[in-house]
Amino acid sequence: MNTTLKIYTGFTLALLLGTLAIGLVASWAFLYPEIYNDYIPFYQLRPIHVSMALFWIISGATICVMNFKKEFFSSLFGSRLESIFIYLWMITIVTILVFYGFKKFGGREYWEFPPLLSLPLLAAWLLLIVSYFTDWKKLPGKQPLYVWMWSTGILFFLITFLEQNLWHIPWFRQSFLREITVQWKSNGSMVGAWNQMIYGTALLLMVKMSNEPAIARSKKAFAFYFLGLTNLMFNWGHHIYNVPSAGWIRHVSYAVSMTEWLIFISIVQGFRQKMDERSKFRHLIPYKFIIASEFWVFMNLLLALFMSVPAINRYTHGTHITVAHAMGATIGINSMILLAAFSYMLNIHSIKEEVKKRFIKYYWLSQGSLMLFWLSLIGAGIVKGYRHTALKIEPFQEMMRPVMSVLKVFSYSGIGVLIGLGGITFILLKQLKRERVAADISKPSKLYLWKQESR
Amino acid sequence: MAKKIWIVLFISFLIYSASVYTNCDKKAETALNKEVKKGWDVWQAKNCQSCHQVYGLGGYMGPDLTNTASEKGPEYMKGFIKYGTGRMPNYHLNDDEIESLLAFLTWVDKSGRSAVPEKAVHWTGTYIIDDK
Repeated sequence: MNTTLKIYTGFTLALLLGTLAIGLVASWAFLYPEIYNDYIPFYQLRPIHVSMALFWIISGATICVMNFKKEFFSSLFGSRLESIFIYLWMITIVTILVFYGFKKFGGREYWEFPPLLSLPLLAAWLLLIVSYFTDWKKLPGKQPLYVWMWSTGILFFLITFLEQNLWHIPWFRQSFLREITVQWKSNGSMVGAWNQMIYGTALLLMVKMSNEPAIARSKKAFAFYFLGLTNLMFNWGHHIYNVPSAGWIRHVSYAVSMTEWLIFISIVQGFRQKMDERSKFRHLIPYKFIIASEFWVFMNLLLALFMSVPAINRYTHGTHITVAHAMGATIGINSMILLAAFSYMLNIHSIKEEVKKRFIKYYWLSQGSLMLFWLSLIGAGIVKGYRHTALKIEPFQEMMRPVMSVLKVFSYSGIGVLIGLGGITFILLKQLKRERVAADISKPSKLYLWKQESR
Repeated sequence: MAKKIWIVLFISFLIYSASVYTNCDKKAETALNKEVKKGWDVWQAKNCQSCHQVYGLGGYMGPDLTNTASEKGPEYMKGFIKYGTGRMPNYHLNDDEIESLLAFLTWVDKSGRSAVPEKAVHWTGTYIIDDK
């Protein structure tokens, strides 16, 4: 890892810390807005939290790709472009946060910053694409699945980012239904794009830890990749089931989403094998995060499958069950895989034994708190869905009254998530400062996995 | 083989995307008037979606505003926008901005209903919503 990537890694871990801290404050501002409105209102805290969370995940994914690809991609052509990408990307993120500080918004869900700031983000991503695909073109032979996944993720992030900005063309705004449909089409697929980069990294980590390159080349793995890609492309409609746009969008999305039962069944079938694997690798800290992510995939996939049935979505849509799904996936799955990758890159096993023990305590605290956090959101969603859709209680504040009580559990559990994941992040930051990293490009690669296989 | 599958999927994605753009709303289109456009800009600049939803999409602090214009009426909405409440801050919008915001929300209201009626649920689990 060169100095630029090291700075970028520190910046990205700081984003995670910011996400956790601002998220906790925002959850209390949601409960007691009358106290916070005069200082830092919820409508200002939410975009800061959401943007920090998104950029933690997207930046983390790019770090994994840039760091690990250097073990397989021979050319160093991309290094200079990557450096420009990194600095432009970081400067834009800081600028976005400054704009939020002055209450300057763009008012789009997830992308709440003034739209002009999309331009430097786009320019930065194009540099990353040129850098990545220039090297990718030179790869000989058949590529392992994680390279496919990284390439898919990088490309589809660009496509969905452009799609997210189609609203600048007046024709897209002539119909509110078109506007909202396209907005959520791109938002839904974009999640699939960064998942490709992150799941690809998880697969590579498993190859490295198990020393079994075949798992990234099996037909079954490729079949599930294509299933995931199909869902990325066509399964975004659950966001807008209740929008009265053309019915076939709803039906296609519903049908495609049900193919995810295949993934769910595969997880259940592979449970015994996972138990054997766990006994072999459980001493490895990155593996602990991978196991945590797989547990959260199981829980969130089950939740997503139910939410993808329109008849059930009628009750869950617009409730905190959607938040449980979003936060369960971003914290439980994305962040766990990223922390696994960062722990691996930063040689976490070289830390002192006492620090390692503390690290593992933080790990368990974060998992326990996250479970309470997730369940309380689901509880709040069930109460809201029942009172709003079944009982049709009005006015709004009366309908929300018991929901707010459940959300207090959510806010308290957020303290545990902050301490747990915050503690882990501090240790990783300290390690970043003092350690050489595992996949150091200045040394010959230890594994040569991809090259050996393609001979 | 994998490359061929990828290309077929990608082409399908492009065709599907184009169909979504052009066919997702079959209702007669009306060009946005200046007032609605200005109201939409106010909605975004003040980050209203951070706390409110439209079609169940957005924040959770306040109510869904998709059909408030027809259900509660503009005068009711004006009171909230102008003075705020204990939970909603006063944004100190001027009268022009308030009128534009109301024009935008009235336009949104005309696009459809946010709540899905029970009778729209099909036995297969999907909805059949009138999109004509």
